[in-house]
Amino acid sequence: MFDFSIVTKWFDALLTQTLGLSSFWSILIECVVVGVLILTAYALIAIALIFMERKVCAYFQCRLGPMRVGPWGIFQVFADVVKMLIKEIFTVDKADKLLYCIAPFLVIVASVGTFSFLPWNKGAHILDFNVGVFMITAISSIGVLGVFLAGWGSNNKYSVISAMRGAVMMISYEMSLGLCLISSVVVTGTMQVSGIVEAQNSAWLIFQNPFVWIAFLIFLISGNAEANRGPFDLAEAESELTAGYHTEYSGMGFGFYYLAEYLNLFVISGIAATVFLGGWMPLHISGLDSFNNVMDLIPGVVWFFGKAFFVVWLLMWVKWTYPRLRIDQILKLEWKYLMPLMLLVLVLITTFEALV
Amino acid sequence: MANLVMFCILAVVILGSAFMCVMTKSIMRAATFLLFVLFGVAGIYFLLDYTFLGAAQISVYAGGITMMYIFAIQLVSKRTLQNLVERFRGSRVCQGLLISVVGLVTVAVVLIKNQFINQALTVADVEVPMNQIGAALVGSEKYGYVLPFEFISLFLLACIVGAIMIARKEDKK
Repeated sequence: MFDFSIVTKWFDALLTQTLGLSSFWSILIECVVVGVLILTAYALIAIALIFMERKVCAYFQCRLGPMRVGPWGIFQVFADVVKMLIKEIFTVDKADKLLYCIAPFLVIVASVGTFSFLPWNKGAHILDFNVGVFMITAISSIGVLGVFLAGWGSNNKYSVISAMRGAVMMISYEMSLGLCLISSVVVTGTMQVSGIVEAQNSAWLIFQNPFVWIAFLIFLISGNAEANRGPFDLAEAESELTAGYHTEYSGMGFGFYYLAEYLNLFVISGIAATVFLGGWMPLHISGLDSFNNVMDLIPGVVWFFGKAFFVVWLLMWVKWTYPRLRIDQILKLEWKYLMPLMLLVLVLITTFEALV
Repeated sequence: MANLVMFCILAVVILGSAFMCVMTKSIMRAATFLLFVLFGVAGIYFLLDYTFLGAAQISVYAGGITMMYIFAIQLVSKRTLQNLVERFRGSRVCQGLLISVVGLVTVAVVLIKNQFINQALTVADVEVPMNQIGAALVGSEKYGYVLPFEFISLFLLACIVGAIMIARKEDKK
C-alpha cells in the first residue's frame, strides 16, 4: 500500500538537508505549502460538489441540469464562480459593518478547520492531534457563531429569525453528533484520527460491532442537520425566509457561505467515512489474505474519495427526496428521539465491547 | 524562535481583542471580541502542547459560553444594551488600579516563589496522552479528580433542571 509519508519525508529532507535551511524556515515553508494545498483542494472539491448537486438534483426531478456551458455542462460552475467574483460587494444601511464582515470568515474558518482533519491517504494526515475527534467537534462549533453573527449583522428580521433557527438547530444536533463520535472512540480506543483509521485494519467499524450501524445512521441524520442541508435546511428556507441568514450578502461574502455549506457536506461525509467506514483503509476481511492483498493494490486516496462521495450521494438523495421539516419537528426529533436513542446505543456499544 | 513569534502574535491578538472588548459600545461586538480573546488563549494552550485543554477551551468557551452570551443578548431588546457609555470617575479608576496591582503582585509572588518556570523547563515538550488525562479525570487515588468531576456533573444537572423549570409552560387544567 502506497505510504504518502515517503513524499512528505522527501520534501522535508529536501528543505533541511539539500537546501540546508534551519528548522524555522523549513517548517514555515512546509506550513505555507500545506496551507496552499488545503485551500486548493477545498476550492476544487467545492466546485465538484456544486456540479454534482446540480446534476443529482436535476436527475431526481427528471431534468437534465446545466447542459449549455461546455460538454455536459461541466464548465457551468466555473462560470458561476467568475460571476460571483466580479459581483459588487455592498453593505447594508444601519447594519453592524464589522460583524457583517467577520461572520463569513468565522464560517469558513470552522469549515476549513474541520476539513484539515480528514485523512486522505496512509501518511497523508494534515492535522493529527491526540485529541483529534474532540478537536473536530470543537472547531465545528465555531460555525454556529458565524451563522448567528451574519443574521444579526445584516439588520434584517428574516435573517435574525433564520439565524436563531439555524443556531438552535446546530447546537441541538451537535449533541448526538458528539455522542456518535464518542461511540466510535469507545470501540477503537483512541481519539486520534490516524489511530481510528488504523484500528479498522481488520474490519471497518460498522462490521466490528452490530450497534455501530445505528450510530452510523444517527450520525448521518444529525450530520445532515449540522450541515444545514436536506430536510433540515430551515435556516435557509428559500421559499419562506428568502435564503435566511445570508440574504444580505453578495459577491464573495455569499460565496463563502455557499462554499462552506457544500464543504460542510463533504466534511460530514468524510468524517462518517473515516470513523465508520475506515477512511483510506481498504476493505479487509480477516482470514482472506489474498483478497486483502488485491484490495491493498487500490490506493488509499481512491478508497477515501469513493467512500466520502458515496456518503455525499446518500445525503443528496435524502435532500431531494424529503420535504422540509418545521422547527418544532426538528427539535422534537433531536431532543426526544435521537439523543435518548443515541445514549442507549452508546450503552449497548460499550456493553458489547466489554463482553465480546 | 518559532514559539516566540507565535507567542507574540497571540499576545497581540489577546491584548488587542481584550482592549476592544472593553472599549466597544456595541454589546454584540464586545461578545465577538471576547470570542477572539478565547481563541488566543486556546492558541497559547496549543503552543504549550496542551491540546486537550486547547480543544476544551474552544469547545466550551468559544463554542458554548460565547454562544450563550449571544443568546442572552438576543433575548433582551435590541435597543436596551446598545450604546451604553460610562464616564470614568477618579475613584473608580483608583479602585481598578488597586485591584489590578493586587492581582499582579499575587500572581508574580506565586510564580517566583514556586519556581514554576524552572520546573516547566525540566518537563519534556510532548503532548500528554489522552488515556492519562482520562484516567486522571475519573481516578480516585492521589492526583485523581473524580470528586470534582462528579460534583460538576451534578451541578450541571441541577442547572438543566432549573432551566427547564423556568422555561416550562404551566399545564392548562
